[in-house]
Amino acid sequence: MNDARPAGEAKQLEVHIERKAFAAASGGRLDVLRDIAFTLKRGEVAAFVGPSGCGKTTLLRIIADLDKDFEGNVRRADSISLAMVFQEPRLLPWRTVEQNVRLVAPDLSNQALASLLKELDLDAHRRHFPAELSLGLARRVSLARALAVKPDLLLLDEPFVSLDQALAARLRMQLSRLMRDLYLTTLLVSHDLEEVARLADRVFLLSPRPARIIAEIPLATPRDARSDREIVTMRTEVAKQIAEFAPPLIP
Amino acid sequence: MVRLVSLILFFAIWWLASLFAGPQMLPGPEKVMAVIIAQARTGELFFQVGVTLARVFVAFTLAMVGGTALGFLMGRSKLADSIGDPWLIVLLNLPALVIIVLAFIWGGLTEVAGVLAVAINKLPNTIVTVREGARSLDPRLDEMAKVYGLPRWKSLRHVILPQLAPYIAAAARSGLSLVWKIVLIVELLGRPNGVGFEIGTAFQLFDVTRILAYALAFVIVILAIETVVVQPIERRASRWRSKAA
Repeated sequence: MNDARPAGEAKQLEVHIERKAFAAASGGRLDVLRDIAFTLKRGEVAAFVGPSGCGKTTLLRIIADLDKDFEGNVRRADSISLAMVFQEPRLLPWRTVEQNVRLVAPDLSNQALASLLKELDLDAHRRHFPAELSLGLARRVSLARALAVKPDLLLLDEPFVSLDQALAARLRMQLSRLMRDLYLTTLLVSHDLEEVARLADRVFLLSPRPARIIAEIPLATPRDARSDREIVTMRTEVAKQIAEFAPPLIP
Repeated sequence: MVRLVSLILFFAIWWLASLFAGPQMLPGPEKVMAVIIAQARTGELFFQVGVTLARVFVAFTLAMVGGTALGFLMGRSKLADSIGDPWLIVLLNLPALVIIVLAFIWGGLTEVAGVLAVAINKLPNTIVTVREGARSLDPRLDEMAKVYGLPRWKSLRHVILPQLAPYIAAAARSGLSLVWKIVLIVELLGRPNGVGFEIGTAFQLFDVTRILAYALAFVIVILAIETVVVQPIERRASRWRSKAA
């Protein structure tokens, strides 16, 4: 399934946000993002790590074009297809699992749908409604929906938050395999360093609000080739960097 | 079972009351039934009930479609809401009789004027209910539809309408009963046929049996529509709700 690999190193996403502010309840403007600039090449996976409430979700929303009120610009490759896995599954409760996936990907062949659902262990739940699913299952459906559109750019907003460790690990493995097979350009927002160390090619550390990029850590070993030892080393490395940068930034 | 007992009780009370009030004021259920059957035999009953039902259907459809569209617009757009709200308050507080009389004066004693008068009476009610629904639409699902680039009609049909469905159903429920009550007044005032016209004639003759016969026949028809059409649709539309884990 790697036939989509391009000849050149085409830029899939170019982000340059000078400033993003919200109107504060007490009047005035509250800065959320400041000087965030990066590019993403095809097939690359970038992870954003930062303290809670620093504006990571806001960043994703700007990139997804859900929030246009910011200074700067976001350039996406032409006619790019987008998919996003929100923090909550955001499934349509009146549609079955299969219908939820079909809604966004009407052209998906029956075979492709079947194999995708199988890959994510969802085939037994095809005809179930979201209210009948556990949170972990609903998250998987949301992931299946995102992958069904074969996105040129996949945005993941803490996709496995609040799931138990074992389940999160299993889903992470499935996701990692699919990301490789589909050669997906991905932007991942997460708190979970394990997740980041396993899924990402590059890690961006964000400061507390207003968030800016305080460090960029490339994870050199290809994603598939990382041993458990290396993962641990990477986690420690990222954690160390966070610790290094964090203290002076806390007012 | 309880429903059946309750129904039997209703007819028993009616029958007892008729004994006290006398057949002039309140004829018993058996007399009313006899008139219904006699009217059905001549075909008169079916014609009059059919005419009324047709008016109910057209006025109901107009009010529901128009009210849903306007209510949705007002729930989604602040500007539309500011423009529409004063009109809505006027319409809500205008007595049904005033609308009917004005419609007949301005439009003549015509079918169009009559049906429109009924639709306008129901309209504000639908608008208010659907507007409430449009205001409570989940913006998160909207965002999902936007991210995945769903075409407009598709997101209307599959994302928005299902969220509005309970509100539309509530408007339809109360609408059906409201519309048929108002249709009868329209027929009484300005139409040469229909259940309302029949009841008007019976009123002039002080024929209580006939009044009750037509009223009862129509109630049975509406009840039948409710159980055969409305309830199954509602059950199907809320299929996904009932099985919640």
